Amino acid sequence: MKSLTRPEQISFNVNGEPRDVVIYPGETLLYTLRGDALGLTGAKPGCENGDCGACTVLVNEIPVKSCMVLTPEVEDQAITTVEGLQNAPIQQAFLDHNAFQCGYCTSGFLMVGHALSQDVDNGSPERTVEWLRSNICRCTGYQEIYDAVSSVAHPNG
Amino acid sequence: MTIIGTSVPRKEAPNKVTGRARYTDDINVPGTLNAVIVPANKAHAKIVSMETEAAKNVPGVKAVITGQDVSVLCGDVTEDRPPLARDKVRYSGEPVALVVARDEMAAHRAASLVKVHWQDLPVVNTIRDALRDNAPLVHEKNGEYAVATPPVYPKKRSNIADEANVTKGDADQGMKNSDVKVHVRVSLPQIDHAAMEPRIAKAEILADGRVLLHASTQAPFEVQKLIAKYFKLNPGQVIVTAPLVGGAFGGKAAVQLEILAYLASKAVGGQMVRIVNAREGDMSTSPLGMGLEAEVTLGATRDGHLQAAQMRFYMDIGAYTDSAPRIARAIAAQCTGPYRIANVHTDVFCVYTNHTYTTAFRGFGHMPMTFAIERAMDELAHTLHMDPLDLREMNAIRPNDVTPTKARLTRSNLGDLPQCIEKMRPLIDWNGGKVQSVGAHRVRVQGVAAFWKTSSSPPNAVSGALVTMNSDGSVNLSTGAVEFGPGTKTTAAQILAEKLRIPLDRVYVHEDVNTQVDPEHWKTVASLSTYMVGRAVVDAANDLIGQLKSLAAAVLRCSPDDLDYGEEKIFVRDDPSISIKFSDLALGYKYKEGDSIGGQLMGRGRFIIRHLNLLDEETGHGRPGPAWTVGIQAVEVEYDEETHQYRILKAATVLDAGRVINPAVAAGQVMGGMNMGLGVASREGVHYDAQGQFLNQQFRSYKVMRMGEQPQQYLVEFVENPQLDSPFGARPIGEHAVLAIGAALANALSRAADVSLNTLPITPEQIWRERGARL
Repeated sequence: MKSLTRPEQISFNVNGEPRDVVIYPGETLLYTLRGDALGLTGAKPGCENGDCGACTVLVNEIPVKSCMVLTPEVEDQAITTVEGLQNAPIQQAFLDHNAFQCGYCTSGFLMVGHALSQDVDNGSPERTVEWLRSNICRCTGYQEIYDAVSSVAHPNG
Repeated sequence: MTIIGTSVPRKEAPNKVTGRARYTDDINVPGTLNAVIVPANKAHAKIVSMETEAAKNVPGVKAVITGQDVSVLCGDVTEDRPPLARDKVRYSGEPVALVVARDEMAAHRAASLVKVHWQDLPVVNTIRDALRDNAPLVHEKNGEYAVATPPVYPKKRSNIADEANVTKGDADQGMKNSDVKVHVRVSLPQIDHAAMEPRIAKAEILADGRVLLHASTQAPFEVQKLIAKYFKLNPGQVIVTAPLVGGAFGGKAAVQLEILAYLASKAVGGQMVRIVNAREGDMSTSPLGMGLEAEVTLGATRDGHLQAAQMRFYMDIGAYTDSAPRIARAIAAQCTGPYRIANVHTDVFCVYTNHTYTTAFRGFGHMPMTFAIERAMDELAHTLHMDPLDLREMNAIRPNDVTPTKARLTRSNLGDLPQCIEKMRPLIDWNGGKVQSVGAHRVRVQGVAAFWKTSSSPPNAVSGALVTMNSDGSVNLSTGAVEFGPGTKTTAAQILAEKLRIPLDRVYVHEDVNTQVDPEHWKTVASLSTYMVGRAVVDAANDLIGQLKSLAAAVLRCSPDDLDYGEEKIFVRDDPSISIKFSDLALGYKYKEGDSIGGQLMGRGRFIIRHLNLLDEETGHGRPGPAWTVGIQAVEVEYDEETHQYRILKAATVLDAGRVINPAVAAGQVMGGMNMGLGVASREGVHYDAQGQFLNQQFRSYKVMRMGEQPQQYLVEFVENPQLDSPFGARPIGEHAVLAIGAALANALSRAADVSLNTLPITPEQIWRERGARL
């Protein structure tokens, strides 16, 4: 059992690269990702209690709210942030559908949409809506986001 | 060129889908200290004493500041707000102390150790409480505060912070001449802007005396002026940077955290200090959108012609005035909605309560105001057995009419509402508002509502643009407008590209705003950026073209009048084979022999709003804005008569955009506006308990729209009647789709549920209550 109060080094995989970072055990994954060592500021703090989804990242391909996860919980796990998306279809879909305005919620929606796009076999309009309900966008009418995600999550209707 | 009217992507779009778009909190200097607000947990109480020793002793804490350390009073209009409460607190969530520490955790730990000894005061928890005889006073010094920007008419020894009136014709006589009168009372709670990026500010005071502020703000130049004023600095000393902003909606036009960040930095010898709201503080500590109670009486002839309007609006402005007096005047000036009414009397009151203070909210008061007038219009249609859309079309305000403040309307400064209405009929498949049964206990019904809005901006609002040329003939565009979502920078770039006849990708926009290098832009508010920045950009483009021609004339040995331009060349009009490339002129022209003339070409553009004035104190007459955007909105809902639940099937908007600069962005702006307006009408609202405590400070209790709750179908169309003094005729459209859609929803549901739904939000429980629990 590691110390509960002192900084500790842990290892995990971030966007395909093994990384070692020194953290306080009480740090949220959001805090660690955005900190100086990793500098991955694509995940945004919007509420820091799991309500808004702006900080969503993938842990082992599953979207999670990084404000609700303590960094020690993801030791040795694979994290994907928006910076880890390289020309993913969801990114072009968001551009094509004008699925953002201010852009602050966009990273979170992209990560949920990307996860859905990796599992098209189980895709459906109902699942897309259900998964996207975890995130809030205050600028758009949601239709643009739904259309963008649908085009990669259940492209055949 | 065909850049205007083309759906080009936002300039910063690729950065926004890759996590590379940087907002204020994404750019931090190592070593930055953190400040945390200690919020009041009382809505109205005297501060008897405060204990800060324990907080100061927390390792890492650098300073604890309280109201005793700060004597300045702040306010956009009336200077009634201490940045940190002194002597007493007036709302729960009000900052009473500020802790500055090495890291956020230490600051939070210390903040929790600040102890305040309170003496409770009676809480002014409603507008009714506030207006009672001998009501407890939120501000004992009401009427004695300094006024930064008149006019404001506070009533001493009362909770009335300001009053605005408008009189046109003779409202009493107009009512006597009316065959039919309807009276409507509406009640709307305070609402939160809920921008996804919480407010944040960072401040640093350099050794040379310069103050560097970085903030998520719509008003960097206002921050600069106010910080300079409050702390007796020269404006040039204060440099404000506003990177991309993560949503604003009026809430980031207020100046609050910037002041606290400055105070915090000052307390620690000028080190960089960051202060960021948690979501809870962003709702309860930083300003909200106002609540409203209003009474509207409309008089009309039997055939539906409006004769008179009498209205009283009571704004729940919360504990401090901020921009409320200006909002009150905006409501007064546009109180009739987009209708021709000869006889009008309207009183608007800004009422202090022990609620969180309020500021601008998308629409600047026109959304709640529109709800009141549009509910009354539907009641009138119902009373007259008229088609609600016909009634609106018959009374639509037109060119040559005058507004309630006697501003004259023209084809240029007023959009065409009848044309919008004609387009709405087929768009929503208008059926006259009939309630149609679609199954057991289920009915479908449509509702409509119209809006108008002008800017209510100060009569000296300025904007500017600076265009510099790069060596390859491409250009850099610098403006003072902040980018928070509506594509302001992209629109400005489109206007510049069109004017210079160059491709859009040859225009590089300066994305952040920096008050030291970008030309001043009043504030990025009031949907005015396309008009104001656009005019400045046109001016700068003309200046640059003049410079290009002048330099080319010397090289080509002809008069500048002989020259025209295109494809990044200046050429002789009657013989285009004689030409010179922009790139050969951009940094001066170099002759074969090597000697050179010219120097870097740079276009300067400026704009100041014209012909506006402040409303007259007695009559309220005056000209509040350059032009009025109009439109009509509609919804179709399916309502369950048994459970009172409903589903929004369609939401539609037709507005007169003058000229649509970027169709995809404009449609997105309108859909987003409808979604927000429907959210406000159907589920949003701040709840206070009996002690004035803000109960729902999180998104799990303050409900906003989520995926799947939006209308099944959005319908957006524009008509285009140009505003002649605006670039390419474009009218303001940024805020407008939020204005009447909630009223359209209430109008539809009132008919479906057979009860007047005049209280927001309209939840199924609310409908059940209004129906007196009858099933």
